[in-house]
Amino acid sequence: MNDAAEIGGPAKRIIPCLDVDQGRVVKGVRFVDIRDAGDPVEVARRYDAAGADEITFLDITASSDERETLVQVVEAVASEVFMPLTVGGGIRSPADIRRMLNAGADKVGINTAAIRQPGFVAEAASRFGSQCIVVAIDAKRVDDGSGTTRWEVFTHGGRRATGIDAVEWAVRMAADGAGEILLTSMDRDGTREGFDLPLTRAVSDAVSVPVIASGGVGGLQHLVDGVVDGHADAVLAASIFHFGEYTIAEAKEYMAAHDIFVRRVDC
Amino acid sequence: MRMGTIAVIDYGMGNLRSVSKALEHVDDRSRVLITHEAEPIRRADRIVFPGQGAIGDCMSELRRLELEQVLLEAARNKPFLGICLGMQALLECSDENGGVDGLGLLAGRVRHFRDGFDEAGVPTPGKVPLMGWTQVRRVRPHPLWHGIDEPDWFYFVHSYYVELLGDATAGVSRYGFDFTAVVARDNIFATQFHPEKSQRAGLQLLANFTRWDGTC
Repeated sequence: MNDAAEIGGPAKRIIPCLDVDQGRVVKGVRFVDIRDAGDPVEVARRYDAAGADEITFLDITASSDERETLVQVVEAVASEVFMPLTVGGGIRSPADIRRMLNAGADKVGINTAAIRQPGFVAEAASRFGSQCIVVAIDAKRVDDGSGTTRWEVFTHGGRRATGIDAVEWAVRMAADGAGEILLTSMDRDGTREGFDLPLTRAVSDAVSVPVIASGGVGGLQHLVDGVVDGHADAVLAASIFHFGEYTIAEAKEYMAAHDIFVRRVDC
Repeated sequence: MRMGTIAVIDYGMGNLRSVSKALEHVDDRSRVLITHEAEPIRRADRIVFPGQGAIGDCMSELRRLELEQVLLEAARNKPFLGICLGMQALLECSDENGGVDGLGLLAGRVRHFRDGFDEAGVPTPGKVPLMGWTQVRRVRPHPLWHGIDEPDWFYFVHSYYVELLGDATAGVSRYGFDFTAVVARDNIFATQFHPEKSQRAGLQLLANFTRWDGTC
């Protein structure tokens, strides 16, 4: 048994993230022998059977009129798949949160609304409990000429700067009652070069709530690095799992071989 | 054969859909009823008492809906499953919200993990809330463990924990120190984790509950 097992506590989590547009999984999930790769229920069922620790749905639907379809997606998934579900994208009001939780989501990811509406996270946490409030932070490296690395919070998929320091923002959101931070490096997202480890570590060490590392995973060593060097509590990835490059079991086996405490289940 | 009824107590604390869907998933012979009314709760064959959020709100909602007495009665005479906050509320008191009295069905106290880390002298305190899959070791036999591995993994999300309760503690988890993951006494069984979110092991536990006669 390794040290982590001796200390106990939760295993480091692997979380596949699915982009959903108008109720359909997009950006190609390519499992072998899946009948309908766009069906969120079927994809969730696959990840459930594969031993994923949680699933995150990110709603990328542009039109707010069509967001209601996501509620139906969550209802359908939560009726058949009995594992933790996080839903993010377009959560702007307590009513949005209630709707998602009632549909069967366990946690909601709040991003832009946390920045636009001061007090929103504090209100949400006191109303629904910190356990279901995940603050999603999109961070990008900025060069202010001082020679020290810092990161700034961006919105709109990394296009709009906010001037807010990402580490300070994470600390403030945790103090407001966020139960978890989902931290995405906009510099690394989609690059397959691995997490921004200094960013991940800076945020993980600054807050006492769990941190999910996101953005840049291209191989299994990146998952290990996120936990060992980035001090992340969970790692989120999309393409390496969706395209069948690696299974969740292979990822866990690799992490366990690097002394990371993971939950391994017979699939 | 008469269909049994499982009453899932609805007092505004968290989503009940997942737990009711999970019960329906494992038991197609019972009717699952989400309710906060006294009569259906009295008539039900089994009670599920879930809960998420803060204990202060939990106890004041139970009082406002006049559910305290009904729950205490149910917890005396039929198979009763508490989940998460629904387990913590069974204790005498909680440190949360500046100190709150619970239903007092079980002697013991609910405390914050940070106080537990301090007291146990844990050198590197873990993140709070404890969020994720944690192993549960059973410390005494119970019919609801049927088909579940020793130890097995369950999904936890909580910042406050139930201290070890002696005989009433039936399952233990470790987070720097040991805490109560499961309590069991007579017809009461309650879990700190979420069986409705714990995949195979959780569904097995719920299936066991739907067939349990309430004896140990």
